Formats: sequence, C-alpha cells, structure tokens
Amino acid sequence: MHRTHILIAMDAHTIAQGARSVKEALQRELALAALADEVRVVETGSLGIYNKGVVLVIFPDAVYYTGVQVQDVSEIISEHLIKGRVVERLQYTDVPGAEKVAGQAPRAGKQVRVVLKNAGIIDPDNIEEYIAHDGYEALGKALTAMKPQDVIAEVKQSGLQGRGGAFFPTALKWEFAARETSKEKYIICNADEGEPGTFKDRLILEGDPHAIIEGMTLTGYAVGADKGFIYIRGEYRMSINRMQKAIEQARAHGLLGKNLFGSNFSFDLEIREGAGAYICGEETALIESIEGKRGEPRDKPPFPPTEGLWGKPTIVNNVETLANIPQIILKGAAWYKSLGTEKSPGTKVFTMVGNINNPGLIEVPMGITLREIVYEIGQGIPGGKGFQLAQMGGTTGGILTAEHLDLPMSVECLREIGAGLGSGALLVVDDTQNVVDLVMNFVEFFNHESCGKCTLCREGTGRLLELLEKLTDGKGTVQDVALIEELAKIMMKGAFCGLGQAAPVPILGCLKYFRAEFEKLAKTAGSAAA
Amino acid sequence: MKTLADLRAIKEKAKAEMATREKNARFRITVAMGTCGIAAGARDTMSAIIDELNKRNIQDAIVTQTGCLGYCDQEPLIQIAQADKQTISYGKVSPEVARKIIAEHIVNGKVVADYVFNLS
Repeated sequence: MHRTHILIAMDAHTIAQGARSVKEALQRELALAALADEVRVVETGSLGIYNKGVVLVIFPDAVYYTGVQVQDVSEIISEHLIKGRVVERLQYTDVPGAEKVAGQAPRAGKQVRVVLKNAGIIDPDNIEEYIAHDGYEALGKALTAMKPQDVIAEVKQSGLQGRGGAFFPTALKWEFAARETSKEKYIICNADEGEPGTFKDRLILEGDPHAIIEGMTLTGYAVGADKGFIYIRGEYRMSINRMQKAIEQARAHGLLGKNLFGSNFSFDLEIREGAGAYICGEETALIESIEGKRGEPRDKPPFPPTEGLWGKPTIVNNVETLANIPQIILKGAAWYKSLGTEKSPGTKVFTMVGNINNPGLIEVPMGITLREIVYEIGQGIPGGKGFQLAQMGGTTGGILTAEHLDLPMSVECLREIGAGLGSGALLVVDDTQNVVDLVMNFVEFFNHESCGKCTLCREGTGRLLELLEKLTDGKGTVQDVALIEELAKIMMKGAFCGLGQAAPVPILGCLKYFRAEFEKLAKTAGSAAA
Repeated sequence: MKTLADLRAIKEKAKAEMATREKNARFRITVAMGTCGIAAGARDTMSAIIDELNKRNIQDAIVTQTGCLGYCDQEPLIQIAQADKQTISYGKVSPEVARKIIAEHIVNGKVVADYVFNLS
C-alpha cells in the first residue's frame, strides 16, 4: 500500500505544458526525500481541467493542483507530503467531476460521469486499475450469462443513440448486422475525431482505453463479429500509443483473443491510423480508407451494417457510444434510462471552448440547459461580456442564441429548432465577435476539407467563400446575401454526403438570427458605390 | 482469463492497491508532521503504520498527514478518525506504540488507553 497517490493528468494538453517533466521531477524529489515507497505517482487521463497547465491530484486528501511547474515540485513534497499543509497558491478548488472524489465544488453538481467515470481516476496504462473499477465485468457477464440477442435487447431497452453526432439508435444498427448470415463481420470504432473544437474522443481514449476495447468486444459478441478495427486519426499519437498498450495488455490477460471467458466467442482488435482528412470521419469514407483506398464516401444504400468493410457487414460506432456499452450491460437498461430525458437517455460529453471562463471536458445528463452549461459549469463569459451565440456540435453544428439559453439540450429539443448536439463541441461566442467573420471561418474550413467528389460541395463551398469575401471586402449586395442563403439550402439538399449536407447548417443558422449583420455589410457597400 | 472468478481475483488485488484514492475508507489515520513531529520521529511512526497495515492486509484505512497540532511535547501525535465515532488522538507514538495501536484500535476496535491524549 502507498499512503499517498499522486495522479498526474497526462493528456495532450498537459504534456504540451510540461507534464512529463513535472512527473520526472516528482519521482526524482520523492526518491531524494525517501518517500518513493510511500507515495506512488500515477499517470492518468484528463482530469477535465483544461487550459490550466499541468494538473495533479493528491489522494487520499483529493487536493487538486493546477499550473504546476517543475520548480513547484519540491514545495509540494516538503509542504503537502511531509508536513501535511496544502500549497494554497497552486490549489484548484473548482474541481470537475468532484462528486466522485471531493464533493465540494459547484462545477461538479450538474455533472454525471458514465463515459468519463474512469478518466482522471485510473492509470490508463494499467489494465488492473480498469478491472478494479468493474472493468471487463460486463464482458464476463455477457459471455457467461447472456445470449448475443440479450445484449442487443439490453442496449435497445436503454435507448442508447450514436454519439458521433447522428444519434441513430445503436441497437437498431446492431440488429441490421446481426441479421446478416455472413461469417465475416467487422466492428469499427470511429476515432477519427475531426470536428474543430471537439476533443472528447481523444480524452476518452487517453483516459480509459480499455472501456473502448470492452465496448467493441461486446458489440462483436452482439452482432457475431470476431474482428475489430479502431480507426484513430494519426495526430492522436497519445491515443494510439495508449490504445496499443491496452490491446496488448488485454491480449496478455486473455481478454482479447480466442475463447474469451471459456466461451466459444473470440475477438481481436487492430488499430488503423487516419491521415487527418476530415471526410474520413464519415463512415463509408473511413471504411474506404481502412481498405487502403482514397477516403471518399460510398453510395448509400447499402449501408455498412449490411455491406461495409470488404463488402462484409460492419458496425461503425463512435468512441463515446462504445464507452457507454459496458456500463449499460453491467448496470442495466433501466439504470441508463434513468439518466437524461425520455427521448434522449444517458449523458453527453461536451468539450466547451471559446469565450468561456472555465473551458474543458464535461459530462452532463441529456436535457441540461445551455444556461446551466455556460453559466454554472462554464462559469460564464470572460470580461463581463454578453452571450451572443453558441455553436453546438462542431463546425457543422447549429447556432443557438440567447433565446435558447433555457432550452433543454436533448436530441429532440434541438431537432425542433433545426440544430443538433452533434459531436459535442460547444463553442461559446461573446457579443463582441463578428458573426460574418465567424461564418467565413467555417466556410474556409469546409472548402479546405471538401473531398471534391461531388460538385455541390466542391464548388458550393468555394462559391460561398467568394460571396462572403465579396461582402467583407465591401463589394457585396443584398442579393449576394440571398444568394448565399439559396446556395446553402441547395447544398443541404443535394450534396452527396454528410459533409456537404451539414456544412450549410451554421451558415443558415447565422443568417437566420444575424441576417442584419450580413445585410449591413451589403448596404455599406451599396452606399459606397453610390 | 477463463472465468469471472479469475477476473474478480485481479479486481480485489487491484482495488486494495487503489484504496488510497477512495473516500470510503473506514479509518483515517492522520500523523502530525510539523517540524516538531518530524523531529520527534513522526516519519518512523508513519513508516511503521504503513508497514503494519500492509502486513495485516488492512485495506479500509488511509494514512495521511497534517501539520503541528500545537502539542509539541506530545509528538509524535496521531489521530484515528472513524465515521460515527469520536476521533481519538494518541501522543508519544513511537513506532512500537504505533504497531500496537494498529493491532488494538484498528483490528480489535479497542482504544489503547495508555497513549490517548485529550486534545481538549
């Protein structure tokens, strides 16, 4: 037993701020103080605290420190670990997910951790810590006491919907594949998270990689697949490394491989790295990419559950969806349904970015209001500025304005106003930002990421950009604003895949609520010409 | 991994090691580690406590430290807190006394009267 555990968040953000050197300094100084046998330093995933430097938490006291630098380490050791005095200048009291560990922070109150239950709690490189937190228990339960159709039925009962952004009922997708008689079927985890501002999948992969392995294995059992691929974008080096290590550990423990839990079910996994194309997050383009082809979307139907990877039935599920599966199997559909709203059960992981005091990774029950997220969990907008808009769901997400602050964030409520939860990126924009510039930024992104397969998206994004540039250059007319709207609407209807169909969503959203801003530019241009 | 029992065996072992991170430990043993405590040998006392807990495989106790409690002459001082029970303070806890306190107080539930120090 170690009397104290120091958990240091080791994710891409904290590493960039020097977490590795802090960890080394901790180990060096602990050895010097002859505390190495009493105090254990544990690497963990994101603690949900973002943009606050290197973050660590000291147990059993559950004291959080942020902004820790190498030169602070000796003070933490001599004050906190030897004399038992908290180093107040580094202490962070507004702890996310604190209901699990500390129980005092207001930020914790509205959060419910299902997907992130282990992130920042366990050492993701140690399978035994995952097992200690009920890991692989659901797999054991399913393989020893449930038939594949029971697994599907439980997930169906739970009402789980795909967390990649489309919110398609997960069990329904599984049923399509389970029904197929092919001997070869595949499970793909879509970890090609490419939405600007979205990094939840990365933090789930980095914080709890075994949950994805267990979720995929359960999915394989449910639909009758024995092989899986995790498609992770190449920039997510740390996710790839952690996942690779997790796969090896699961194999060594007989939790991947042949005859799992003494059953005749076998399952194994491989990682495939994406090369950073936004389009490869679209499931059929992703499948093409795994097959070694150019990442372009396929015609649908057939859909992947009937004809996917190498023409075989294939389930493509998002990271967050898969991370929910073991919990649902272990705790049951009724428990899952008790979270969230009736039509949108469960929780949603958000990455909160933009003009917000407390940006970061949060997990909240479906149905929470935008006001609670922005003003309670996010602690409002810096500099006392007003709330102008929020974009929910990444670059393709819909626009929400002040009138939507009290709208419950659920699939059904957002659908009603033509928006969606999407991937879970929440961009908050204060009232000093220029909406037209914002839209231009979106369009530049889509123009760059359009794969070029269909004319509407390839040309449409280009023409939209030209029209917007014309407006901001002061050469546009009111007709140009109308043209932007018309073109966006046509793209939405006619583009080949989700990229081109969704690209107009934020443009139309901004036009709906902030049309005057666009027309103001056009009018100024008109008067200048006159 | 052939059975659920195999999995649970790993689980129990790993849980024991992670107990330090849990809030639901039954006992919380606090060692006063001010300058006075350390000078009086609190470090050795703490090491003895950890060693004894490990030897006896006691998993529902956590060990933490605090600063000077203001009774420097009584150091090394330790306190044992338990939910719904009065917190007991012990003074002049040498490593040997610490081992005795673990055996009596933690294991058998009997306060070691000879070393109890009344803070009030």
